[in-house]
Amino acid sequence: MIDNELKITLEQRVAAAVTPREAAVEVMKELQHHYGWLTDEALHEAANLLGLSPLQVEELATFYEMIYRRPVGRRVVHVCDSISCWAMGGETLLEQLAGRLGIGVGETTSDGMFTLLPCCCLGNCGQSPTMLVGDNLYGGLTLEKALDILQREREGIETK
Amino acid sequence: MKLVPMRRMGTRCNVIMEQPLFQHNKPGRCVTFAEYRDEGGFAALQKALKELSPKQVEQAVSDSGLRGRGGAGFPTGRKWSFVPRDLPGPRWLICNCDEMEPGTYKDRVLLEANPYSLLEGIVLASYAIGVRHAFIFIRRGYETATANLQRGITECLAAGLLGENILGSGFSCTIDVHSSAGRYICGEETALMNALEGKRANPRAKPPFPAVKGLWGGPTVVNNAESLANVPGIISKGPAWFKALARTPEAAGMKLFCISGHVVNRSCFELPLGMELGEIIEGPCGGMRPGSRFKACLPGGASTPYFSAEHWQVPMDFDPVAKAGSRLGTGGIVIFDQDTCLVAATLNLVRFYARESCGWCTPCREGLPYVVHVLETIEAGKGSREHIAILQDHIKLLNYAFCALAPGAMGPVQGLLNNFMDELEEHIDKQRCPFKARE
Repeated sequence: MIDNELKITLEQRVAAAVTPREAAVEVMKELQHHYGWLTDEALHEAANLLGLSPLQVEELATFYEMIYRRPVGRRVVHVCDSISCWAMGGETLLEQLAGRLGIGVGETTSDGMFTLLPCCCLGNCGQSPTMLVGDNLYGGLTLEKALDILQREREGIETK
Repeated sequence: MKLVPMRRMGTRCNVIMEQPLFQHNKPGRCVTFAEYRDEGGFAALQKALKELSPKQVEQAVSDSGLRGRGGAGFPTGRKWSFVPRDLPGPRWLICNCDEMEPGTYKDRVLLEANPYSLLEGIVLASYAIGVRHAFIFIRRGYETATANLQRGITECLAAGLLGENILGSGFSCTIDVHSSAGRYICGEETALMNALEGKRANPRAKPPFPAVKGLWGGPTVVNNAESLANVPGIISKGPAWFKALARTPEAAGMKLFCISGHVVNRSCFELPLGMELGEIIEGPCGGMRPGSRFKACLPGGASTPYFSAEHWQVPMDFDPVAKAGSRLGTGGIVIFDQDTCLVAATLNLVRFYARESCGWCTPCREGLPYVVHVLETIEAGKGSREHIAILQDHIKLLNYAFCALAPGAMGPVQGLLNNFMDELEEHIDKQRCPFKARE
């Protein structure tokens, strides 16, 4: 369950919107941030806040690439598989990264740290291949560089 | 205005070039509010609110020849003119910053360096159209740009450049940032309006067009971020100045070209519209990377038919690129060298569109996966001549889709058939991809 403070913040956000459901994506993102993914509980809380049915929220949640309706790691690693990254070896990077993390694409590392997913163009085509880790965009990747970045992200989480 | 000598960027042009969008950029950081203001920023807004009527602002944008920078190239001023001014209820302005077209990253580069030109442009456009509430719809992943915009809005509010009674003019306007959660179709303007309303982002039928019935049923203008960021320059320096920035008399203004692929300098450049393709590649791009020769490019993002070496001298402006069989699109040029298999590249592109299809209409939902299947078959060395006919049929059939996504997806397929038929046939005749080593 979300605490009262977050609940009030979200209620205020919904109240400030032109119509309540205008705030739907923001509410889903905030709840996802709180729980780590959009849990069933979060889905119902979002529905209550927005005045929608859980099914209506589900319809939105499943539409977006970066709303997660299944458990994910502490950070989701989105590796771009669109054309500019493809031309610079992005496809190979995703496979190699999966191999080195010891997981398949779409899976989460056994320590619960990273979930690996391909994604739509990240708008960093000048520095392809590129990936988004949590909110951080990284470009000019090689396998070694990507692994270094994940190591630093891991240390950043562990020291928090 | 900062002047950049073009000779630093290449050997063929020695003119001095103005960069209205990049002029305030500081190396390695975002320009501050004070810097932007002290370098002449917000002068256009002051001028418009003091001296110009909304109609005059619209007229200046029309006269400048500014065409939409998001892909379709529709004249911005004319789009504004379609909004009925006499209907009751609010009108809306949406800045489309849902930049998810593969190969396109200009809005991110623009907003990471300077959010203020866009904010000023939005207030000017709102004044022209009579909008009191504007939205910036920005994609997931552009977190730095989003933070810059939110900070910029707070600063503009504090300085009286936004909010109630702007600069004492009696005109009031607020800007909200809607941060999306990642879905390509949200960039389609009617899907975007559904997304903003908190509905599933399927496109809407047109007509009614957004100018008459858009967001929450009210008259709505959707403009690309780069288009709006160009408005302050047009107002402060005049439409004739803007138009003359272009390389050719037919073109108008500068354009952000974002480059990716097999060249030396993969970056976003602000260049005159109408520069030739080859001039851009040899100049600012620094030529092909060592060992690479130019084979093909997507001239304006993932949905545009390929150009080949024979298009080297096409002026990169809306009409000349269309005349040459492609589209200027977003100005995202993706460049491929001689070792790139264009069947595989096309497969990557159509896979993208098949995945991003919203699933609303049958031709797109069912047609695109079938095109993927056909391209996979050819790339795997199992294709026949009939597969080429199937591709040709689908270029026509996917025009029956509900929105522009599926026809856009067929752009590269069209380019493949028009310009690289020999490569396609080689895959079929040899029953393997000629770019892959024999197993």
